[in-house]
Parts: sequence; structure tokens; C-alpha cells
Amino acid sequence: MPSTQLVVIGAGPGGYAAAFLAADLGMEVVLVDPRPVPGGVCLHVGCIPSKALLHVAKVLDESHAAARWGVTFPAPSIDLNRIRAWKQEVVDKQTRGLLELAKRRKVTYLQGHARLTGPRSVVVDRASGGSESLDFQYGILATGSEPARIPAFPESDRVMDSTGALELETVPERLLVVGGGYIGLELGTVYAALGSRVTVVEMLDGILPGVDRDLVRPLAKRLDGLLKAVHTGTKVAELTETKKGLRVVLEGSGITQPEREFDRVLVSVGRRPNTAGLGLETTHIKPDRRGFIPVDARRRTAEPTLFAVGDVAGEPMLAHKASHEGRTAVEAIHGQPVVFDPAAIPAVIFTDPEIAWAGLTESQAAERGREVVVSRFPWGASGRATTLDRPDGVTKLVLDPETERVLGVGICGTGAGELIAEGVLAIEMAATARDLEQAIHPHPTLSETVMEAAAAFFGTASHIYRPRKPRPEA
Amino acid sequence: MTTEIKLPELGENIESAEVLSVLVSAGDRVEKDQPLIELETDKATAEVPSETAGVVKEVRVKQGDAISVGQIILILDAEGAGAGTAANEDEEAAAASKTAEAKASREEPEAAPAGSEPESRPEPEAETGAAPEPPAGSGNGKRTPPQERETEAPARVHPPEPTPVREPARPLKLVDTDREVVGTIGDVAPAAPSVRRLARELGIDVTRVPGSGPGGRISEDDVKAFARRLLSHTRGAPLTAAAPAPGGGPAVPDLPDFSEWGETEREPATKVRRVTAQTMSLSWNVIPHVTQFDRADITELEAWRKRYGGKVERAGAKLTVTAIAVKVLAGALKVFPRFNASYDARNEEMVLKHYVSVGVAVDTERGLLVPVLRDVDRKNITEIAVELEDLADRARSRKIKAEELQGGNINLSNLGGLGTTYFSPIVAWPQVAVLGVGRAEVQAVHTDGEFVPRLILPLAVSYDHRAVDGADAARFLRWIAEALEQPLLIALEG
Repeated sequence: MPSTQLVVIGAGPGGYAAAFLAADLGMEVVLVDPRPVPGGVCLHVGCIPSKALLHVAKVLDESHAAARWGVTFPAPSIDLNRIRAWKQEVVDKQTRGLLELAKRRKVTYLQGHARLTGPRSVVVDRASGGSESLDFQYGILATGSEPARIPAFPESDRVMDSTGALELETVPERLLVVGGGYIGLELGTVYAALGSRVTVVEMLDGILPGVDRDLVRPLAKRLDGLLKAVHTGTKVAELTETKKGLRVVLEGSGITQPEREFDRVLVSVGRRPNTAGLGLETTHIKPDRRGFIPVDARRRTAEPTLFAVGDVAGEPMLAHKASHEGRTAVEAIHGQPVVFDPAAIPAVIFTDPEIAWAGLTESQAAERGREVVVSRFPWGASGRATTLDRPDGVTKLVLDPETERVLGVGICGTGAGELIAEGVLAIEMAATARDLEQAIHPHPTLSETVMEAAAAFFGTASHIYRPRKPRPEA
Repeated sequence: MTTEIKLPELGENIESAEVLSVLVSAGDRVEKDQPLIELETDKATAEVPSETAGVVKEVRVKQGDAISVGQIILILDAEGAGAGTAANEDEEAAAASKTAEAKASREEPEAAPAGSEPESRPEPEAETGAAPEPPAGSGNGKRTPPQERETEAPARVHPPEPTPVREPARPLKLVDTDREVVGTIGDVAPAAPSVRRLARELGIDVTRVPGSGPGGRISEDDVKAFARRLLSHTRGAPLTAAAPAPGGGPAVPDLPDFSEWGETEREPATKVRRVTAQTMSLSWNVIPHVTQFDRADITELEAWRKRYGGKVERAGAKLTVTAIAVKVLAGALKVFPRFNASYDARNEEMVLKHYVSVGVAVDTERGLLVPVLRDVDRKNITEIAVELEDLADRARSRKIKAEELQGGNINLSNLGGLGTTYFSPIVAWPQVAVLGVGRAEVQAVHTDGEFVPRLILPLAVSYDHRAVDGADAARFLRWIAEALEQPLLIALEG
């Protein structure tokens, strides 16, 4: 039976990062994935195509906004085929690049479904037919996740998950988005920009559960103008297909008209880890209650030869967390004293405005009873935000009251996803508010808001007047 | 004169270690504390520093040797050091570059000599001997306690081979994925990723390393210094010991299971709570405490305070009993310098301080904070009142700086505002005394054959009986009481 040193199952951002690093360190690597080229959900049906479409949405939006600045365009005409093709070009460019990188590193790419037959062996059912058995010294499970379904909903072309929504088959007149998380809002925004009337329902009390409310507020305000309606504290009680579309019954305190008609429904109620058919029963690995594979700080599973990384190894289900874990696992296999111990895993919601945060959030601090001081800088006071006509934003620092260390950074505003990287570095390097306040930031840029938020902590931000609080009576 | 450099005690239950690399060779001149060899125990990698300066005469160990505690590592010609100090710089530079080379060869796998290649990798069958830990229960996403950390034995970078040569370190406990994956976010050690990694390479729990940077940031040098200290200063102490009770007090037993008697809930101790717990345990365990009480008739003082309160108010603060008491205390420290002191038990000396600073206890939302007023002997009461109010406000609004909470010579705690009369405060080590002030009450005092209403202020002083005796404390406290009754005393004596 053929054998290899390392098998990586799943070629998403966790899997391919692991495979490439292992090859760079001199290991013999086989990378297995059902898709013809690497990239996983992220590149094929996730981060990358959705960002391409969000870019389109933003340009459309700005073409309308330009009227305020004295530039008027004729109403845009939308060529759905061309948009779809452009999105695909973006995806293909990225994934083909990965395949090329794999080849150069002499990573063997096997297209097919991998099924473990023990802690050191795997069978790959090839997409081209037939199957191959392979022995390995170590294995990394990076099988990712898939959109969660709502079993009560009928099987129908009109009921889409995120993958279906990215296909962009049509622009429905009336779209219902079930789930007010980041996927629902990102894709809802795209369809709204393309002309759909979008309604969002979220079971919990607010959109983007878990995100600090002050970061959500500027987005919620803008969505008010963009979307038809956002119903929180609301669920879909019934969904049936009719000749003309979908009949939906909503249930929630604020719902006055429970019965509605929609042309399409996007279900975005979270994702669940992929472990079915992986052959875990032939190993000591037992997925937990939610289907994640338990791992140690090096991402090693209950089976000493097997590691797990990315979505299948637990929250947060983010590509960059997966890549970092994948590299950690490989370094551990290589004998290096690594553990996965980030001080901050950044999260970005690519709506408009974007929301991004890293490290400790204000709500986590409150939950844990950890004392923090929060310093905010509103974008209304940013010169750059004003030139962009986008004062709807806020930058905040979550600081330790004793050491003044930066524990968390939260940003809402256009380009927040790019700005958060500075926050990650500050947290990882244990920077203090003084460090950020003293580092010169270029003017005029949105990055100044980070510096000004630090200065605001000392009561000395140039562009807001917020002196230290008057003394309370002794 | 020759000196034998032996393998020092490495820690509890560590008898031997493997020589990872020898950093010097015969003829090299070494400085005191210069690393001689690098070791790997099953708990850590560490360097053995030279106890003295000198010239290496003979090296008795080589790479890969298993050596035991007390075994001679090398012979050093200590006399050569005298000549060596005058030696030309080239020689020094040569020695330095040699060390650097040795270091580089450890870090740069390609440069490793062929002989350093690890043994052939273990057979797969052998690996299964390391039984995986069962999926763990709750709480494993949190920091692991020290004894579990020991399993994070550092495996080093080693030469690249076509195979993953070294078995990764033994499996750790599985993280509970039902909990948030990164449970420690927001509470990780204040160290850059590269520094955290270095600590792991050295087998050191980075959370135990004291940081020298702003906000307690831990640098690479801090980690290295900590590693060196573990080897050279705490001989015999385990590398990863549970912290003993501060001040050498008894180890604290586990708490009973309260659920037997009713419901409880837990909340994490805040930073202020933890620091208070540490410093108070230390003080209580180290200092033999005595508390004495007295009272001061402040009827006149109170009238005076009311009369001049407005004046101070115009300067920006309230004229409080505390502000006046700070000034009185400053005077008392001048008259009784042994209270403006610390006791150095190690050297059996009194440290007498030529500056007068008073810490004032402030009750804040976060708990007790004690900001320090400096040079109070040179400030008038108005200045003290203004400064005190500012410090107290900033302590409450969390804007106080760490250095403003340090360096007090004596503390003052006024619980009078809360209605307390007498109490016995704890001396904050390394101070030797603390003044407690209670609530003044109008009492009937027998004077000149009749009872008259007088305003009486309860006072307490707790002191370190190693530094101060009862009679001293009685005189000290009486002086304070009298100065509160006759503030002119401060001008006369203080």
C-alpha cells in the first residue's frame, strides 16, 4: 500500500496552509479534497466570491450617493451574467494559483472523498472513479463546515443557502433572509443593492448576536435605508411553496402582518462542522455535542497521529483562524514547541459599513466581570471619514484600567476590516494606550481614529472635546 | 587557582539532564554568568551560567551526554581571569563570536553538524505507547495549572529531514470545544507572540515571568533572565513550583464543598482584589502586629476647620479631617523617625527614610486603593487637601497611575465617614505602622468638676513590633492626639 508522511484532508484555508508549510519543512504531503482545485468553502463559495459581489454592491451604492457630491450617473444597468462571470474569474484566479503553488511544492493533490480506516490509514474515493488506499504517519483533518439547514423547510430551488445565493441565478423581487448573522447581512446587502426588496428575520433580540451593540448601531441605521425590513425576535413559523413563490408565516412580537409572500428565501442560520463519512468511528476521536472534533492546544485530537484544524475543530469558524491552526499543527508534528494561543483572532463583517473587532469585546468583559475601560472615537470627528461622506463609524479600544494595555479593539465603519490589523498587532504585542497615542498615524486617514481613540483615553484627543470627567463630590 | 564548575540543582526530582550543546571550549575566556552549556531536562531547556570569570581549562562533557547533579562540567582557571580582564579585545571578540556561533548552530538547522542529528525516528508502534488523554471535562479551555504545563516539554527545532523526525511532545489535555475556543482571550500574558514562543522553547510558563516593560510587558530579556534565575538562584527549587503562601505562611487547604449547605456562585477576583489579597497576606504573615488605641479631643479643631474651610474650598478642595490628619502624621514622623522606616530582616537593619510620604486609603468601586502623597512635611494643609482630593478622585475614576500607588512610608485609613469608631488596621509591608481614624462623636467629658460636651476622635495605630515597641507607639499616638488637639505642636516640633 502506498504511504506518505502527512495526509491533509480538506484543502480549505486550514488544509492548504498546513500542506504547504509541511512541504516547505521537507515533509512528503498528500492533500485530499472533493473539489478539483484547492480553496475550500472560503475561495469557492465563501469569503472570496461574496467579497467580489459586495464590491459590486458598494460601487452601485456609491453611484447613487455621488448625486450628493454633484455627480449623477444614469441608472445602472445590471448584466447578471457578466457579474456572475466576473465573480467566477476572481475565484478561478485564486484557486488556480493555489493548485500551481501545490505543484511547485510537490504536494500531491488528490480529488476525492477521504474516509479514515484507522488512525494511520485512509481510503480516498476518487472523483475520477475508483478508490485509493494510503498509509500515513500523521493526518490533519481540515474538513470544514457546511451551512446549517432548517429541516422543516421544503426542498426547493427557491430556498437557498449561502452557496446557492452566491450562484446569483436571479435577482428575486422579494427576498427573505432567515438569520441576521454576518452571512445573511452580507448577502442580503448584495441582493438589496442589485434591486431585491430584502426582509431579514432574526430569532434573537438583535442582528449580529454577540457583537457589541455600539458597533452594530451605525450598520443597523444604514440597513434601515437599504433593506425593506429587519425583524428581530422573530422566527419563521411556516414556509410552504406555492405556484408563484413562497408563503411564509412569521411569528414575533412586532409582526402585525404574519403572512407574507416571497420569491426566494436565503437560509443563513449558522454552519455546522463536517465529520459525516470521515470514518472517525475507526479512531478514538469522538465529536462533541455540536459535532466539533476535540483537540488540544497543539490541535492534536484524541488520536495521537491525527490533528484537526479549522471549522471542524471549533469556533470561531474563520478562515484565518483555520490557517493559523493548520500551521500550528504542522509545526507541532515537526517537533516545534508551538501551541495555538492567539491573544486576538480578528473578526470582520463585510457589510457597509464594515464591522471588525479583535481581542476582548466589551460584552465579553461584562460577561466575565473583567474590569475594563472603553475609549471611543466617533468617526464624525474624522477628517478622512468626512471626505468619504461616511461619518457613520466608531473606533473603540477596550483597555485594562491598571496597566492601560490594549485588550480589545472594535471598529465600525467603511474599511474597518483593513483597520483592525493594527488592533491585532497592538493586542498581540501587549501595547498600551500610550503606545498607540504616541505612534504617528498618517493624515488624513481612517487609521487616525485608532490613535485618537487612544488619546481620548487620556482626555486629549485633538478632534473631540471630552475632558476628563469633573470630580465627583468627595 | 582552578574552579570546578558542577551541574547545579535543577529542580525537584530532576537528577540528570542531557547536554544539548557545549557553548565554550578549552582556552575560552568566560565571564561570570556567561552560559557554558545548554541542557535539556524532561521539563525544560536551560543554560548553565558560569559561577565566576576565568579561562576554560578543560571541558568534561560533550553534546549528548547525560550528566547528573553535582557532576563536573568543566574546569575553570579563575586566576586566568585576572590576566584575562586585561586581555586584548580580539580575544574577547573571538569568544563572543564563538558563543554566537554556538547559538546560531542551534537555531539554524542547516548549520548543525552531522553528529547532532537526532536518533532515527521512533517506529509507529512505539508511538502508540503514548496513550492519548481522554477528552477532558469542563474548564480545560482555561489556563492549565502548573503541574499540567510540565507536559509541555519543549521539543526543539531540529535539522530538517525528509521525515517529521521527532515525535511531538506528549498530547496535552483536549480543549473543551463546547466552551469558547480561546477562553483566555483578554487575559493572555502581556508578551509578544515571539516572546511567548521563546518561553515555550525554554520550557517556561510565560505567565510567571515578571514583565519589565510598560503595563508589565514581558520582553525576550525578561524571559531569559527568568530562565537564568531559575537555574542559578533558586537551586533546589522546582522549576514549576506552586507559589508558596506569601510571607511563608501555611499553605492554604482546598475550600470545602459549600453546595452541601446551600447555593453559591463564583465571580472572578478583580485585579485590585487579587493585589490586596496578596499584599495583605504578606503583611499579616511577615509582620508581628500590635494595635493600640487613643482618642483626641477635636472640639477646637472642628471649630477651626469650619472657620477656615471656605478658604481651602476656594483653593479647590474640601478641608477634611483626613487632610489635617495627614499633616499631623507628617509631623509625627519627623518627631518619631523610627515610624518613618522599614525593617530589613535579612540584614537586621532599620531603613530610616529622609523623606515623608503618606498613603491614604481610598474606598473605590474596585476596592481599596492607597494613593500616596509625597513630601507632605513640606506642604501645607491646603495643598494636601487639594492633592488628596485629586488623587482620591482619580483613584475612583480609574485614572490613577501605578506609580502614584507606590512608595508610601505610612498609611492612613479614615473609616470615620462610614461610622466606624475603633478598628485595628493592617500594616502594609514594608511600612512599619498605619494610623486608623474613626468617626468623631460628641461625648460628655468631665472637666473642672463638670461634664462638658466635647467632640472625641477615635484613633488607632497598628505597628510592626520588630521595628517599634509598645512604649514608642504609645508616645507616637499620644503625640498625634495632642497635635490634633493643639495643632501648634506641628509647628513647634514637627
